[in-house]
Amino acid sequence: MLRKLRIGLAVIFFASITLLFLDFTGTIHYFLGWMAKIQFLPALLAMNAAIVVSLIIVTLVLGRVYCSIICPLGVMQDIFGYFGRMSRKNSYSYSPAKNILRYTILALFIVAIVAGAGSAVALFAPYSAYGRIAQNLLSPLWIGGNNLLAYFAERADSYAFYTVPVWIKSTATFVVAAVTFVAIGILAWRGGRTYCNTICPVGTILGILSRFSLLKPTINTEKCNSCGLCSRGCKASCIDSKSHTIDYSRCVACMDCLENCKKGAIKYTYKRAKSNYENAGKDTSRRNFLSTATLFAVGTIAKAEEKKLQGGLAIIEDKKVPERETPIVPAGAQSIRNLANHCTACQLCVSVCPNEVLRPSSNLSTLMQPEMSYERGYCRPECTKCSEVCPTGAIRLITKEEKSSTQIGHAVTIHENCVTITDGVSCDNCARHCPVGAIKMIPSDAQKKSSPKVPFVNTERCIGCGACENLCPARPLSAIYVEGHVTHRTI
Amino acid sequence: MEKKNYNNICRREFLKRLNAATATVAGASLVGCSNANTNATANASKKEKSGGMTYRTTPTTGDKVSLLGYGCMRWFTLRDKETGIIDQDGVNELIDHAIANGVNYFDTAPVYCDGECERVTGIALNRHPRDKFYIAAKISNLSPNQWSREETLKMYENSFKELNMDYIDYLLLHGVGMGTGIEEFENRFIKNGVLDHLLEERKKGRIRNLGWSFHGDVKVFDHLLKLHDEGKYTWDFAQIQLNYVDWKHAQEEHPRNINADYLYAELEKRNIPAVIMEPLLGGRLANVPDHIALQLKERRPDLSIASWAFRFAGTRPGILSVLSGMPYMEHLKENIETFSPLEPLTQEDMDFLDSTAQQLLRYPTIPCNNCKYCMPCPYGLDIPGILLHFNKCINEGRMPLTSQDPTYREARRAFLIGYDRSVPKLRQADHCIGCNKCTQHCPQRINIPRQMKRIDRFVEDLKQEREFDKTTYIWMR
Repeated sequence: MLRKLRIGLAVIFFASITLLFLDFTGTIHYFLGWMAKIQFLPALLAMNAAIVVSLIIVTLVLGRVYCSIICPLGVMQDIFGYFGRMSRKNSYSYSPAKNILRYTILALFIVAIVAGAGSAVALFAPYSAYGRIAQNLLSPLWIGGNNLLAYFAERADSYAFYTVPVWIKSTATFVVAAVTFVAIGILAWRGGRTYCNTICPVGTILGILSRFSLLKPTINTEKCNSCGLCSRGCKASCIDSKSHTIDYSRCVACMDCLENCKKGAIKYTYKRAKSNYENAGKDTSRRNFLSTATLFAVGTIAKAEEKKLQGGLAIIEDKKVPERETPIVPAGAQSIRNLANHCTACQLCVSVCPNEVLRPSSNLSTLMQPEMSYERGYCRPECTKCSEVCPTGAIRLITKEEKSSTQIGHAVTIHENCVTITDGVSCDNCARHCPVGAIKMIPSDAQKKSSPKVPFVNTERCIGCGACENLCPARPLSAIYVEGHVTHRTI
Repeated sequence: MEKKNYNNICRREFLKRLNAATATVAGASLVGCSNANTNATANASKKEKSGGMTYRTTPTTGDKVSLLGYGCMRWFTLRDKETGIIDQDGVNELIDHAIANGVNYFDTAPVYCDGECERVTGIALNRHPRDKFYIAAKISNLSPNQWSREETLKMYENSFKELNMDYIDYLLLHGVGMGTGIEEFENRFIKNGVLDHLLEERKKGRIRNLGWSFHGDVKVFDHLLKLHDEGKYTWDFAQIQLNYVDWKHAQEEHPRNINADYLYAELEKRNIPAVIMEPLLGGRLANVPDHIALQLKERRPDLSIASWAFRFAGTRPGILSVLSGMPYMEHLKENIETFSPLEPLTQEDMDFLDSTAQQLLRYPTIPCNNCKYCMPCPYGLDIPGILLHFNKCINEGRMPLTSQDPTYREARRAFLIGYDRSVPKLRQADHCIGCNKCTQHCPQRINIPRQMKRIDRFVEDLKQEREFDKTTYIWMR
């Protein structure tokens, strides 16, 4: 019964969180956005005390149900484990805890958070790892399905679906997501919750607490016949059936053992905390996380971009990303530092950006954290989606009005690229599209009023939205581009 | 019946079907194709009742010309989407069907279909005896670097090569009146002796009829007729834009336009037969707003919407031929039906169409005919694509007039999604920089950059959900 309840809840949470990452319209966040916000690490980084305390209390009462129900990466491993056991009668066995590895990684992790090394934090955060998998590997399939529906809708003259482009937003992040997926997948297939109990920093923290939890599975030694079924069925490898002990720091309260036991010897009841788990074995080499599966070949994902070469259309050269000295981050981020310190690189903002502006950074220090670029679109004035979905406070919730008065960067001109000079045509596309009127066209030669007009940017007014850069007709490099601000300012 | 259809399809279609059968997705084009075949059988029985194509005779050469003329400007719609190759089998099939049903006037130009029109049409026509059809060719006018005598004559001679024919039945000076006026015409054709050379050619019989097609500045039109009256240069025919909107209301669409009733009257006075272009205003008179379509249907349930426009264009006796670009078999069959024979309009019908025209003008579609003369836009815009999407939304009654409309949300979604479907983002109106290279090529004199700015602003209003009301947009000029 308890097991079924756990599975039911896990399915609901897992499906909902996956949907959050797949939904490119941003509407599901309105209903389910809280599911990302109750994730442990995002809540911790957002300094959302209420949620962190609640999760701690839940763990102290029920054990690590968080790992079995709320954490999407945990549930994903259970799915792999399920199929792993189905396919080859593979059973688990008890293994001692690898405490040195666990606590070392946790210590390093805390150091990384304090030091603001965002990319290291991002790499190990379980919710974010799942987010990257969903965004990079599942979302293309989802969008592909949507695009197929859009194809039919278009032919049926319906506006129910519309086409969304599929593109690899950052190769580095894609590779990280794919490697994580394969590595954790293999670990889970073979050994259940290996990742959760050796690598995952959230698992380690909750493990410390769950040792003292009020309710936990306990073995009634009078009923137990030491058959070992519980031990072989334990995905956390934490039941030692010989000594009738359970390592509660690793138990994820999945309730499987309760049903596995033929004698009804295991009950989920109140038990006082006793440090009754044994010494940790020192063997750390058996399951080495990072080096396991690098066999992954990067699959070529078909680009949905259409190639239309009808007679009368000029070929449009792709825009190149200009070299920006300072990266541009969304308006709610407040500063590059704030973003780097809070972001766990879960990709939720990247998934939801409708303007193809946000993409994961490839820079080593901010790896996989979001940054902006304007070759495919610009940060449109009516959109504040990324700030609505961010669970960690890396991008704080802002209104449209606040956004339109926040300077996330400023435009820089390269007059040599301007088509008024290169093509000798009149153009004021940047000035005309500037939402704050920061751009004026002035003669390129101050002496000659009739000389070609080029843009002049009033950086006091510019908010760095990139409309000018995106709509500039100069290609491949725009004649005007945006430089980010380290700390955002309010006009 | 299904079996019959299979017998009718050509090899290419057959292969298409085979491919489609293996693929899981049955393409929409295939559905269209089988419809065409069903229409064929349905129409065949109707045709028995009608009395054959209506013909008009030219005063100069005595040609019996079919009142339905085939405009060959739109073969580009038969381009393969991947390879860009025009489907020659498809063109052959259309032209065979046209000739078999009495159509014998075929209008080409060197600039149509990116320069492929003459070759493709020539291949299809040369499979028939030369006395079964009349070919119309043009000396085109789009690019100023073709305006010297040498370049002009090169273009002229090249038409014979491309068409692979020894003589041209109808040669037109293409689009006179489009540039800066009489002076440009004089420099282009008279001062450099091009026109004298063409008169020689007419004497030699390489050109059987000499005329021109007219767009734009009425001074040039009057000038050409003055030359005719003086007897120096006589015209065997002329091509003008005529339809039930332009008849009395062309000037309302653009102040520099000239109403067709004037043009026609001037030609009729001189017994110069008129070839009609844009009888449907580029399809806008076939695809009218729903309630106007209803009115037309209520008056004559048996007639198609387009047939009203064709009958209007063909009724007057001074009309030699009414051109229609028919890249689809359905359109060709329907039009043959309309013209076999043409049922002339009564005065009452004419008055009814004039009131229809006045209603149409209240619907502010942009007068784009999708002729693609403006293309390619150097900055990559799909100008006709943008304008046609806009017109489509108006015609379907999906345009929100104010942001308070009860249907605003639905209309907004339809407009924005449809916009992205019709035109890739990079080719949308917000990329128009206003270089104005296009406007001079537009036969309808649409101020394209201005329309692009307006559409851009409208799109921004929708995207940002800014408020607007009826006074914000006056789409007409």
